[in-house]
Amino acid sequence: MEKFTQLTAIAAPIMRINIDTDVIIPSREMKRVSKEGLSEGMFANWRYTEPGGREENPDFILNQEPYRQARILLSGDNFGCGSSREHAVWALAEWGIRCIITPKFGNIFYGNCVRNGILPVVLPNAVVEDLAAQVEQDPAGNLIHVDLRNCSVTAPDGTKHTFEIAPADQEMLLEGLDAIAVTMKRDDEILAFQGRDRLARPWIYLDNN
Amino acid sequence: MSLTVIEKIWNEHQIADLGDGTCLIYIDRVFLHERTGSVALKGLEAAGRKVRNPEQAFCTMDHIVDTFPGRSDDTTLPGGTAFIQTTRAAAQAAGINLFDLGDQRQGIVHVISPEQGIALPGATVVCPDSHTGTLGGLGALAWGIGSTEAEHALATKTLVVKKPKTMRVNFEGELPTGITAKDMILKLIGEHTASGGVGYAIEFAGAAVRALPIEARLTLCNMTVEFGAWTGLIAPDEQTFAYVQGRPYAPNAAQWDQAVAHWRTLQSDPDARFDKEISIDCASIVPQVTWGTSPMHETGIDGLVPDPAQIADSAVRSSVERALEYMDLQPGTPLEGVPIDAAFLGSCTNSRISDLRAAADILRGRKVAPGVKAICVPGSGLVKAEAEAEGLDKVFTDAGFEWRESGCSMCFFAGGESFGLEERVVSSTNRNFENRQGPRTRTHLASPTTVAASAVKGYLTDVRRIGAAGD
Ligand code: SF4
Repeated sequence: MEKFTQLTAIAAPIMRINIDTDVIIPSREMKRVSKEGLSEGMFANWRYTEPGGREENPDFILNQEPYRQARILLSGDNFGCGSSREHAVWALAEWGIRCIITPKFGNIFYGNCVRNGILPVVLPNAVVEDLAAQVEQDPAGNLIHVDLRNCSVTAPDGTKHTFEIAPADQEMLLEGLDAIAVTMKRDDEILAFQGRDRLARPWIYLDNN
Repeated sequence: MSLTVIEKIWNEHQIADLGDGTCLIYIDRVFLHERTGSVALKGLEAAGRKVRNPEQAFCTMDHIVDTFPGRSDDTTLPGGTAFIQTTRAAAQAAGINLFDLGDQRQGIVHVISPEQGIALPGATVVCPDSHTGTLGGLGALAWGIGSTEAEHALATKTLVVKKPKTMRVNFEGELPTGITAKDMILKLIGEHTASGGVGYAIEFAGAAVRALPIEARLTLCNMTVEFGAWTGLIAPDEQTFAYVQGRPYAPNAAQWDQAVAHWRTLQSDPDARFDKEISIDCASIVPQVTWGTSPMHETGIDGLVPDPAQIADSAVRSSVERALEYMDLQPGTPLEGVPIDAAFLGSCTNSRISDLRAAADILRGRKVAPGVKAICVPGSGLVKAEAEAEGLDKVFTDAGFEWRESGCSMCFFAGGESFGLEERVVSSTNRNFENRQGPRTRTHLASPTTVAASAVKGYLTDVRRIGAAGD
């Protein structure tokens, strides 16, 4: 997984609320049993003029300069709600998004971000709106700076906001860790748990039946 | 110390505290389907990792398979066959339990998990699918995950999870006749918004919840994700135990008494503290129907399409404006009477035998209105067989419904079959998002009985006004 330490980048504000994973990647764009090749389908219903088509809709923000270079997304409340499809995150990551800032995330989407090197940042609505307003004044010049080491977002005008992230998630992103390998370091604990649990709840262990 | 049922189940599964509220949690059951599970199995394979305890992992084919009678591995979805065959091969190689096409036990993952006794009270169950919370209806702690997390759960039997806040939602009073669990959950989301549950695990409680049969409890918990919650559950009771007993993967006779004794402890202590409590007065619930493109865009069937001009919050106002444009509805229009092009009865929300029976009771002796395309998709092969044994398939086909093989079908548009551009569908499913059921398809979520009654009338209808058969 790609590490995330800090980033200074163009941000694209898509300030709608409840942007669901069906919007981020429509189901019909999940064409192969693979994590790759999905960025073309990202926001397909908004990005292209026709369902299933590939003619760009010039009104959609990520089709415009300089937002094509955006590495940060700003969005309204409840971003990534809906379906668990990790394809939404794989598509965003492949397209180049490294950080998403919103007042609230869909729960599964948040976890998927962390596992794929995208930093999910939760900030109050008023802050996100202020960041969006500053960016819109000069999208190419008003960059946002994000630093995961001290959990801060610095607005173009220099205002610094701190955000919270679970230490385990922070470490995973900073180090670009493989989560399975990290957990397997505790394999003795897991096996010991199973030994005790098998006595307490034998019906859970289907090899007993 | 007094604990909530959620904390009790959590504590039983906690292997290690990783600090700051994040824990390593033991996972009892992993369920996969061919849409997202295939990637997880392939990912494991590629990394050279094995499934730990494959006997406790399961896989079904539900999302991409066609639901036409006489189906095969071929799909109307381009490339769908590859998903099916890749999943089959990977599941067999991993040695996990597979409910394949042609097996009567095949069906929608969240329908067959309770049906087979795979989801159990007090068990942790995960699936790379957002509606896994459905299984909370049995008192399981079950939640949706991503494919990468599914790899983690398969390889290690654990997940790293941040401890959720707890919320109790009390459905007070008695549910009026003709009002269903679907109406209850839509009402909750309508009142408290689609993000009202973000960060929480929810216990549904109250007299009206206790009175719900198990299948209705599954419906109620199914849409906790539409409320934004991490998951939701209902503490198990005697009804739950009766439902579970004798199912194929349920505790066997020798383990049964020990299991039930354990499950009886899974109640919130009388003075347990929740981070948040809310109440809904059931007497006020009428048949609910959505008018927009979020499950929170809903009202009673006797309500009106809202006027965005009356909404103060600008973000909410613009989302409502956009929704009305997409749905092609004018502010102030009464919901009852909005003409429909199609009716869909199915999905993990409402495709169980009790849903089909309730809809059939309305359809018996009636016909679907001319020009309305109506489809019924049973949630599993076993539901289908049971319905056919009772003659319900005849009721549906006589009324003009198509009768399908089990699967997710047009609950979501995968690129194959859809209702079509700008078609208006009354649907027993759980998501009315833009393009969810097909490009520019317009979805109105409702209960199975509202779907059946509206199919008969040809417009969104107050099911309480449908009288005796033939009316
Ligand atoms: S029926 Fe619909 S909501 Fe349920 S699992 Fe299938 S696609 Fe998802």
